[in-house]
Amino acid sequence: MSGILTYALHYQGEFNKNSLGAVSEGARLAKEIGGESAAVVVADGSDLTDELCASLGRYGATKVYRAKAPEGLAQPVVDVMAKVIADEGFSYALFGGGLLGFEIGAGLTARLGAGVTMEVTAVKARNGKLVAERPILQDSAIVDVDYVSEPGIIIGRLNAFDAVESGETAEVVDVDVELEAHSTRATMVRRGEQRGADVNIEDADLLVAGGRGLGNAEGFELCEELAEALGGVVAATRAVVDAGWYPYAAQIGQTGKTVAPKLYFAAGISGAIQHKVGMQSSENIVAINKDPNAPIFEFSDLGIVGDLNKILPKLIEAVKAKKG
Amino acid sequence: MKICVLVKEVPDAAVEKRIDASTKRLDRSGEKNLNPFDTHAIEAAMQIAEGGGADVEEIVAVTMGPQSAFRALHKAVSLGADRSIHLTDDALAGSDCCATGYALAKVLETEAPDLILLGQQSDDGECYTMGAIVADHLRMPSLTQVIKLEVADDRLRCERQAEYGYDTVEIELPAVISVGDAINEPRYPSLKAIMGAKKKQLDTKAIGDVGIEAGKVGVDGSRTAVLAINPPPAKAAGEIIEDENTSETVEKIVSWLEERKLLA
Repeated sequence: MSGILTYALHYQGEFNKNSLGAVSEGARLAKEIGGESAAVVVADGSDLTDELCASLGRYGATKVYRAKAPEGLAQPVVDVMAKVIADEGFSYALFGGGLLGFEIGAGLTARLGAGVTMEVTAVKARNGKLVAERPILQDSAIVDVDYVSEPGIIIGRLNAFDAVESGETAEVVDVDVELEAHSTRATMVRRGEQRGADVNIEDADLLVAGGRGLGNAEGFELCEELAEALGGVVAATRAVVDAGWYPYAAQIGQTGKTVAPKLYFAAGISGAIQHKVGMQSSENIVAINKDPNAPIFEFSDLGIVGDLNKILPKLIEAVKAKKG
Repeated sequence: MKICVLVKEVPDAAVEKRIDASTKRLDRSGEKNLNPFDTHAIEAAMQIAEGGGADVEEIVAVTMGPQSAFRALHKAVSLGADRSIHLTDDALAGSDCCATGYALAKVLETEAPDLILLGQQSDDGECYTMGAIVADHLRMPSLTQVIKLEVADDRLRCERQAEYGYDTVEIELPAVISVGDAINEPRYPSLKAIMGAKKKQLDTKAIGDVGIEAGKVGVDGSRTAVLAINPPPAKAAGEIIEDENTSETVEKIVSWLEERKLLA
C-alpha cells in the first residue's frame, strides 16, 4: 500500500503545531498520490486518550497508530515507525519542523536504508511520487529532491506546513512494539524545564531581538531601553539564551517561538536559518550588524552595517524624542 | 575510555559557495577549513579528558572526504586529538546522507569507541542529522544539540533545549552525542600543536579496509537524487545603510520607521 506516515508530537495533552502541519500536509499529499494518510503517536502515560488521538482526523489522518514508549526521545519512535512502515508498507514518512522530527527521521534513514531530505519547505506530487523542495547554501538556491527508492523520509522546516482542518475523526489502532536495546539506554530525567523569567513575545507588535553581537548579558540593557522607547518587547536568539543572557521564554526560532510582529528589530543577530524560520513572516525587519556579510541582511527590509553600541544609544534618544 | 570525534572539511565561510551545474553537487573547490561546528566537539572531548570525569585513553578524529580532507584532520589533532583516520575512496563521491552515515558507521565499528562526538551541523551541508544516522547503524543511544555534557562512570548526563524547554537526559555508554555550539568556547591551537600536527598518526582507509559495500555508497548507494536546482523566489532587496555618520544613520532609521507608522 502506498501512503504517507507522519509523526505527531504531543506534550501535556496537546499536539504540537508543526506536527499538525505535517499531518495536514501528509493528508493533502496522500490524496494526490492515492494512498492512506496516517499518524504515529507515542506516549508513556495516559494523556494520549482515544479522543485526543482521533482528533488528528480533523487534520486529515484516517488512522492513528498509538504505541506505549518513552516520550521526548527519538529512538523509541524510530522503532515504532519502522515497525508500522514494515507492517503496513508506507511509501513516505513525513515530519514537521522540530528537533525530534530531525532525530527520528535520521534514525529511520539508517534503519530502513532510506533517502532523506531535511529543511524541506514544500513537497510536490509528481506521477504518483513525491518530490521535496529544499533550500540550500543559506537559502540562495532551492533543490528539487527525488527519492530513488521507497520509503522516502521528508523532514520539514519549522512552520513549512500549515495546519489545515479537512476531515473528521481518525481510527485509533494500538500497536505493540518491542523497543531495540539501544532505544532503552537513554532516560529522560527532566523534560521541558523553563529557565529564566516568563515573558510573552508572541502577542507583541514590536520586538527588539538581541543576539550574540550584543557582546554580553549587559548588552540586553540597550535592547530593553529601545523596546521601552518603541513600546515593544525584547526577544532573543538561541545562542544567547543558552549562554544564560536572557530567558528561554523570549527565544525565537527552531526550538523557540515563532513570531510575526509589525516590527522586528534585530540587534547583533547574524540570521542563521534556525533563527530565520521563527521570524521571517514579520512585516518589517530592521537589522543592525557589524558584519556586512551577515545572512540577516539577505532578508531584512532595512539593514544597518555598523556598531550597535554606537547606534543604539542615539537611536533610543531619537525614538524617545519623536514619541515625546 | 576512547572518544572518536567526527569532523569534516568544509569550504571556508568567506568563500562564495556554488553548485556545479553538471554534477548538481556542491562545488567544494576553493579555500577549505575544518567545519567550525566540529571544533566544539573536539573541545568537549578535551574537557572530558582534562576534567577527570572519565579516564580518557585517546581521542581519535575521523573524517570521510576527498584526498584534501587530511587538512581538517591536521587541524583536529592540533586542537587536541591524539591521532586521526581519513576514509577516502573514489567510490564514496556523491554519497548522500544515508550513504555517508553508513560509511562513517563502518569506520567507527573498527575503532569501537565508548563515545562518539559530532558538531551540531556541517557548515556546508546543513543536515543536522549525521549523529542520529550513525547511532542507529551502530545501535547506540544518541542525542543531538547537547549543550551540557557530564560523564560519570559509564553514563552521560546531557542537557539540551528541545521543543518544550530544557531537557535533561541520562544515557548509557557507548553513545553518539552531537553537541550544540553553546556547549563551550573552543580553544585556539598553540603554535607548537600546529607544528606537531603533521607528526601525529594519520591512517588513510579505503572502503575495502573497513568492510564498506561499494553498492551502498557513492551515487549508486544514494537513495536521493537532485532533479533540479532553482533560484529562490525573488524578494525585493532591502535597503542597506553603512554607518559612517551615526547621527545621520539614526535619522534615516527614524524616518524609515515613521514612514511605516511604527513610531505612532
